[in-house]
Order: sequence, then C-alpha cells, then structure tokens
Amino acid sequence: MSWIDVGAIDDIPLRGARIVKTPLGCIALFRTDEAEVFATSDRCPHKGGPLSEGIVHGKSVTCPLHNWVFSLESGEAQGADDGQIDTFSVRVKDGRILMNPAELGARSAA
Amino acid sequence: MKQNLIVIGAGMASGRALEQLFAAAPDAYDVTLFNAEPRGNYDRIMLSPVLAGDKTYEDIIIHDSQWYADNNVTCRFGEKIVAIDRVVKTVTADNGDVLPYDKLVFGTGSNPFIIPLPGHDLDGVIAYRDLEDTQLMMAKGKGDKVVVIGGGLLGLEAAAGMAAHGVDVTVVHIMGHLMERQLDEAAGYLLKKSLEEKGITVLCGANSKEIKGTDGKVSALMLDDGTELPCDLLVMAVGIRPNIALATEAGLATGRGIHVDDQMLTSDENILGVGECVEHDGAVFGLVAPLYDQAKVVAKTLLGEEAKFTQKTLSTKLKVTGCDLFSAGDFAEGPGREDIVFRDPARGVYKRLVIEGDKIIGAVMYGDTADGSWFFQMIKDGTEISDMRETLIFGPSYQGGSTVDPLSAVAALPLDAEICGCNGICKGTIVEAINDGAGDLAAVRASTKASASCGTCTGLVEQVLQVTLGDSFQMPQAQPVCGCCELTHEDVRRLIKAKELKSQAAVWQELGWKTVNGCHVCRPAINYYLLADWPIEYQDDPQSRFVNERKHANIQKDGTYSVVPRMWGGITTPDELRAIADAADKYNVPTVKVTGGQRIDLLGVKGADLPSMWYDLNQAGLVSGHAYSKGLRTVKTCVGTDHCRFGTQDSTGLGIKLEKHLWGSWTPHKLKLAVSGCPRNCAEATCKDIGVICVDSGYEIHVGGAAGMEIIGTVVLCKVETEDQAMEMISAITQIYRENAKYLDRVHKWINKVGLEWLKEQVVDDAEQRKALADRFELSQTIYRKDPWAEHAKEKSDIYQPLADLTTEAAE
Ligand code: SRM
Ligand SMILES: Cc1cc2nc3c(=O)[nH]c(=O)nc-3n(C[C@H](O)[C@H](O)[C@H](O)COP(=O)(O)OP(=O)(O)OC[C@H]3O[C@@H](n4cnc5c(N)ncnc54)[C@H](O)[C@@H]3O)c2cc1C
Ligand code: SF4
Ligand code: FES
Repeated sequence: MSWIDVGAIDDIPLRGARIVKTPLGCIALFRTDEAEVFATSDRCPHKGGPLSEGIVHGKSVTCPLHNWVFSLESGEAQGADDGQIDTFSVRVKDGRILMNPAELGARSAA
Repeated sequence: MKQNLIVIGAGMASGRALEQLFAAAPDAYDVTLFNAEPRGNYDRIMLSPVLAGDKTYEDIIIHDSQWYADNNVTCRFGEKIVAIDRVVKTVTADNGDVLPYDKLVFGTGSNPFIIPLPGHDLDGVIAYRDLEDTQLMMAKGKGDKVVVIGGGLLGLEAAAGMAAHGVDVTVVHIMGHLMERQLDEAAGYLLKKSLEEKGITVLCGANSKEIKGTDGKVSALMLDDGTELPCDLLVMAVGIRPNIALATEAGLATGRGIHVDDQMLTSDENILGVGECVEHDGAVFGLVAPLYDQAKVVAKTLLGEEAKFTQKTLSTKLKVTGCDLFSAGDFAEGPGREDIVFRDPARGVYKRLVIEGDKIIGAVMYGDTADGSWFFQMIKDGTEISDMRETLIFGPSYQGGSTVDPLSAVAALPLDAEICGCNGICKGTIVEAINDGAGDLAAVRASTKASASCGTCTGLVEQVLQVTLGDSFQMPQAQPVCGCCELTHEDVRRLIKAKELKSQAAVWQELGWKTVNGCHVCRPAINYYLLADWPIEYQDDPQSRFVNERKHANIQKDGTYSVVPRMWGGITTPDELRAIADAADKYNVPTVKVTGGQRIDLLGVKGADLPSMWYDLNQAGLVSGHAYSKGLRTVKTCVGTDHCRFGTQDSTGLGIKLEKHLWGSWTPHKLKLAVSGCPRNCAEATCKDIGVICVDSGYEIHVGGAAGMEIIGTVVLCKVETEDQAMEMISAITQIYRENAKYLDRVHKWINKVGLEWLKEQVVDDAEQRKALADRFELSQTIYRKDPWAEHAKEKSDIYQPLADLTTEAAE
C-alpha cells in the first residue's frame, strides 16, 4: 500500500497544526517537534471545538473552546475530562508528511 | 608472488585498515599509498586542539615516515589518482604515471560542502577540513574578524579555536538552535550561552545571502535580512559530501557514497572502499568509530577471510571547547514517545530522556554527562525501565538522592542581579542585610527597602531569605504559575528581567521548568512577558497564543470567526461603511452587529475566508480592531466640543490620537480606554481601565475601572493641563502596567496589588521615570504598531487553508 504525500512538514509551524480534508471529515496534523507529526480528528468530543486551533504543548493539544487537553498519542482526554478522539498513522520521510489512505477510507466517519 | 595493493587516500580510515592488514599478514601485499594532501595519515579530529594552540601538527601525526618505511609502504604524498582503468586494472596518477593493481582501496574521504552563494570563490572563503585550512585560521588574531557559517560541531570548534586567539568571531546558523542534529532546543540554548560567554557572537535562524569582496578578497557576509557582517576570513562548515567523483567516473556503483557491501567490496570485486567515501546499506558516515569497524573488515576481506560490517547505534559525547554535551539515539522523531526532563539552573544542567514502550530510545544531556554511557548502554540493550522510571533521570548513583531544589533558580542568581525593581536593590544587598541579622521579610524591608514599594518581588525576597538562612526561615506557600514550575507569576517576571532571559528556551532552563515547552497555561504568559520586556530581542511566538490572537479574529462556538475592523475613536465614514457592507455581502456574513465598543462586528466568517476579507477591508483603509487581544481594544469617545453644547475639550480628537498611539500593543489583559468631553461622561470613561474626563482646566486621568464580571468605578490618578501631557501620562501608565502586571490581571486587579500610591510615585511624581516609560512604550510600538491583517493577508494566507484535500483522492 503506498502512502499519500499530504505536504511538507515545514508547512506546519513548529508547535502548530494544519488540517487535511478527507472523506472522514477534517483531520488535524500537529507538529510537536522539528520532525514529529501526529494526526487526529479535528473535532473535540465536548462541543465540537476545532482542535487544530488549540495550543500544542509537549505531545498534547488544548481545545480552543473550553480547554480540554488531549494526548495526541492516545487520543485520550487528560485529567478529569472524559473523551476520546480518533488518531491516525502518519510518517515523516525526507521532510514530507505521509498518511495511510486505507486508514482514511476504512474508518467510519466520526 | 606478492600482489599489488594501491590505496587512494591516506586518511584515518585507510590508515587503520593498513595497520590491521600489516598486523595480520605483513608480507601479503606490496602497498602503494597515494594522498592528495602532501603528508601521510594524521589525526584529523585533533585539528581543533591544533587550532586552539594546545597541540602542534607533530603531536597529531598517526603514521610517520618511519612507520611507512618499516612496513614497506611506497608513499606518493601530494599526488592524486586521476583515472582508473578497471579492465586492465591500472590507476593513473596526476603526473601521468600508470600503475597496475591487483586490489584497489578507496579511502578518499569527504569534500566539505561549499554553499554556492555569490562570492563563494573569493579569496579568504575556506572550509574546515585539513591542515591548510587550520593554518589559515591560526594566522588570525586580535583585531581580526571572522565569520563562520554553520553551527554544527565543526563550525563551533573552528569558532572556539579562533576565539581563543582573541579573534572576533561570529557564527551564523540557519536553524533555530545550535547543533540541531545532536541537541534539542534546551541543550542548544545552554551551548549558545556558554559560547557567548567566550565572546563569540551566535546568530541563529540567520540565512546567508551573499559574500561581499574587495579586490577579489572576502570583506563581509550579507544576510537575507540585510545585516552585514564584516570579516577578513569566512569559514564554511555546513556539511560534507562523500568524495565519489573518481569512483563514479570509473563506473563503480555510487549513490550518496560509493556503494559497498558487508565485506566492504564495491561493485567491482577487486576494489574496496572504506571511510567517509562509502555508502553502506543507505548510510554514510561522519565519525571515526564506524570507520574503524569498517577498516577491520577491509583487512580481512583483503586476506580472503570472512568478515562482516554491521552498523551500530551511535552516541555522540562531545566536548565543544569545554562544554560537556552528550546525545544518543533518537531524541526527537516519531510518535508514541514520552519525555523525562531534569533541569538544574544553578549548575547549568539539562537532561532529557526519551522513552518509548518502557524503554529509553534517546538521551540528550548538557553540563553533566557522567551518566551518558549508562543511558547509552540501556538504549543499546533495550532495558525495561518501568521499575526505575521515577528516579531514572538521576542516573545510576541515585538511590534515595535529591530532586532538584525549587529554589535553585534563585540560588543561581548572581549577587548583582536586581531583585527589587522599584528601589533598585540587588540580591547581594539583601544577602548582606540577612547576614547582618535581618531574619524575616519585615526586617529585610526595613533595612534595604527591597519589596517595600509595589511588593511584587516579595516572593523572591522570601526565596533569598530561604536560600541564605536555610530551614530556619519558614517560606509562605505561594501559588506557582502552573504545574510546569515552582515559581509565581511575579517571581517569573522579576527573574526574566534580573537574569535577562530573552527566549523561551532560556526561561525553561534557567527557571527550572519541569516540562519540555510548557503548557497552554504558562506558555502564553511567558510569551507575553518576553515580548513586553525585550521588544527588540524577542520575537513573538504565535504558537504560544490562544487561537484568537494567532488568527487575529474571535473564534465562535461553531468554529467560524468574527471580524471587527477598527473605528478610530468610534468615528467612521460612508466609504468605510460601504466597504464593510460589501465585505458582508461578498463573504455571506450572517450577522452584522454594532458592538458595545463603538464599532461594527461581522460575525460568522469562515476561517478560510479571513485573509481575502481582510485584504478587501485593508484596501478601504480598515485595519484590525484587535477585538480578540490581550492588548489595546477600543478608545470610546463622545462628541465633545465638536458638536455638544457642554463639551469642554476635543474628546473625540484625543480619543482618536490615543487609539492611533496605543493600537497594536500587547498588554497583560485587555486594555480599554474612553474619553468623555465633560463630567456627564457619555463615553463611560469611569468604568474603563484608563479613562479621561475633560474639564475646563484640562484632563482628569482615571485608572482601574471595569464593567465586566465586576463593576468597578475608576479612581482619579492625576490631572494634567494639555493633550500632550495626557498622552505622555497614558503612555507611561500603559507601559508600567505592561512591564509589571501579572498575565491576565486587569488594571484594577494590578493596582489593588501594587497600590495607587505606588503608581502615583512612579508616573505622576517622577517626571523622569514617566518619560522613560513613555519612551520604552514607543520603542516597543515601533515593532507592534502595525496591522496584523495586512501581514497575514499578504504572507500567511496559506496557513488559513487546509494543507491538503484528500476528499477525492482517498475516496477511490
Ligand atoms: C463583541 C462584544 C459584544 C457586543 O456585541 O457588543 C464583546 C464580545 C465578547 N466579549 Fe466582551 N464584548 C464587547 C464589549 C465588552 C464590554 C463593553 C465595552 O468594552 O465597553 C465589556 C465590559 C467592559 C469591560 O471590559 O470592563 C465586556 C466585558 C467582557 C468580559 C469581562 C471582562 C472582565 O474583566 O470582567 C469578557 C471576559 C474576559 O475578557 O475574560 C469578555 C469577552 C468577550 C468575548 C471575547 C468572549 C470570548 O472570549 O470569546 C466575546 C467575543 C464574542 C465574539 O465572538 O466576537 N467581555 N465586553 C463587544 C466588543 C467590543 C469591541 O468593539 O471590541
Ligand atoms: C576538524 C575536524 C574535527 C573532527 N572531529 C571529530 C570527532 O571529534 N569525532 C569523530 O569521530 N570524528 C571527527 N571528525 C571526522 C573524522 O575526522 C573523519 O570522519 C575521518 O577523518 C574520515 O576519515 P577518512 O579516512 O574517511 O577520510 P580522510 O581522513 O578525509 O582522508 C581522505 C584522504 O584522501 C585524500 N584523497 C581524496 N581523493 C584523493 C585522490 N583522488 N587521490 C589521492 N588522495 C585522495 C584526501 O586528500 C584525504 O587526505 C572531525 C573532522 C574534522 C575535519
Ligand atoms: S460627556 Fe459631556 S460632552 Fe460628551 S456628549 Fe456627554 S454631555 Fe456632551
Ligand atoms: S469543545 Fe473542546 S473543550 Fe469544549
């Protein structure tokens, strides 16, 4: 299975995010370090906040609407809040970001 | 009959291979050794001590003429091989000699990469690779200026070596921190600081554009931001490329390097390769350890014995001119990882372990690298660390040892660091008073005046008491900024000033942050403190801001945005209104509302439309209203003398002037002003952060009002006679609020802490201080008084669009 090239890592600001449109809805790509990217669904399970607009810290993001914090690795809400976001595989190779098309098509839209 | 072995290149790798060969079978081959450099094998690694003057060339020779004679090596130094005929098995030297070989070894090393900038071929532009380069650098001394491009190991060694001779050295590095491949940001910060202490200027994030020369000789390096760095010598240390030209010409398989298999054989069975010139299993090499492993295999293969080269995980333990650093494994890349961070600001120590699946996979250490090999062993062995996770970072000798002292940031302060800004009291003065018997806060206040004015340094004074007196002083509990650190907002602010911390990396390290880069609570605060205190040196970091301030629009509950253009002092024109109406039509704005701040809000705008909408509004002269910012919001006005029968002064005019003066500035919380033309106060100036009530004899300046969650009336700070005086006073109040208040304290909250009397002393009674504050405000405004919309519409509009659209692609 060939992975899809979705763009250059430098197009995402360090400790920032961009979105990718997919048949499953918007997926957020977070750049947590020089060469580290995570992908999750862009919708906060609380009230639908766009997670790609949150503050990225360590390997977590804080939702811009009401400050729920999610682990980008597990997709789990941290602390007292209860919730889960979908996570997707991403690879970074030679400065390009790659995603698995099978995974993007196979999951049911959340 | 003996076979002919020809070796191309007398470097460290081929030298080691020959040693191994002679040890195993001294008489197997007749060896001829060519070297382009006019000398035999020397220790290239030791060129840096030679440069620094700690060693001579003679000290670093690995093989001298005696060694070559003892082993019957025919030396042809200063001679290059220029061609190879693989069919008849001969090499051709640059003087035309043709020599037959049975076996041939490539040990041609690397070529330094020279960036093809305009001017790269000028005299005085050199690399750092061999003895000749080293000698050119050693010829520089006091009064000479040298620029080094490249902040990796080589560049820094070159810089440090020359700085030791008194040369004025500037390092220009394109990445955000030094040695980014071996170190993370925090360790890179510590390294930069230590080089700066040695007198080296370090410019990170700096892009070289052109090399200038006079009479064919280098004279300066130009950066793309227009900076000109004059120099008499320019050293490029930006990387190396395997030297493969000859091999490629001879038809051997090459990629980045000369392809070799596990036996170090090239695509020709009679030709081997060793050292930096080869590529093995996709990897090329730049450090000697793996080259020595290769050399062993080369010797065995030449003797027809079984041997196999395998690549190992590498650690780098480096000593860049007296700074201890260590890095190993993978410390930045790939998901599924967790960090353990330890910082000791007092000792300048930073350690970070990267954990994946209960194993250490990477480590970066600075300042104290004693445990490096222990961690490295665990990386190689894949040791399970779940049992020792809590204490792991303290290393093998820790069993019940101490965690870092929360007071270490204060302990590390030099005695001349200013603790009390109001009274200019340094740590040394306080320590002296304590040693003279001042045993508590009240006594310190009485004897030094420290913390006796606005009181925001109280926490720090208490910490100095604790550090000096130890357990005999009882520290009151104070609320830290967040879980990432032990300090209060006030302490952090004072320490940023006292220790002159000018980057986030500096704050994390020097104030002992427990996380890699803070969290959503502390990062916006630190970003604000840094930009308020160091407007010129620090660059605002959008990624440390809440979305509204990053995107310059208010996010709505459905993820759309609202756009509020500025209406200076509440005044608009038919043209502006038409532009707003056109934009509302063009971008299908569902709601147009008049705000409580005397302007118009366009609500429900799609994120992707923001840049083009702003572009349209900009064309009509409208700029961002910062309705989203912790910064200047609105200056409300009434009609004043222009129209009103009661007006005493031009309240509208002053409001517009104030808004044009203050807009764009960032403040601890939002800042709202109003100017009313008479005490009837139609502009509601008495519930604003700063309000002006015009009276016949001048202007009453009010402070500390709010009409949000609490309704608080202002208090009068002072009265001034002219508009100019009012402007200066308000600049000074704004600036002292910017420099002192805790992040997210509105003016009234801050005044409650520092006292109205204190504020009066600073800005009303002290004319000199008032002017200095107003000047500092103006300096900061030279950077921040600009329309963010214009910049985003022009340069950052991509960020507002999706990175990719896979809706069609992935659906197939
Ligand atoms: C648009 C506006 C309401 C309106 O339609 O009139 C408004 C809208 C918001 N206000 Fe306000 N405030 C608006 C005038 C006011 C006023 C009246 C004024 O400025 O004269 C006040 C009371 C005066 C004051 O600030 O003291 C006001 C007191 C607040 C507060 C309480 C502040 C406090 O210290 O207690 C908040 C919450 C906060 O800032 O933390 C707030 C926060 C907000 C936010 C930014 C909430 C948020 O974080 O998303 C609202 C954004 C809505 C949006 O999506 O655009 N807004 N807000 C007004 C914009 C004025 C402008 O032109 O910029
Ligand atoms: C200043 C400096 C500091 C360093 N510090 C360290 C360190 O701390 N740790 C570490 O592990 N490594 C360090 N290195 C890297 C290390 O020195 C190299 O990895 C090592 O020297 C490479 O050995 P080599 O034999 O492959 O190539 P080289 O030592 O470069 O030898 C190749 C030789 O081949 C000759 N040659 C090339 N083409 C021809 C031809 N056609 N005919 C004849 N001769 C030819 C060249 O003139 C050269 O002398 C440092 C390097 C430098 C420059
Ligand atoms: S505040 Fe005074 S001057 Fe201004 S409009 Fe009201 S009555 Fe007129
Ligand atoms: S929508 Fe994300 S925290 Fe409420």
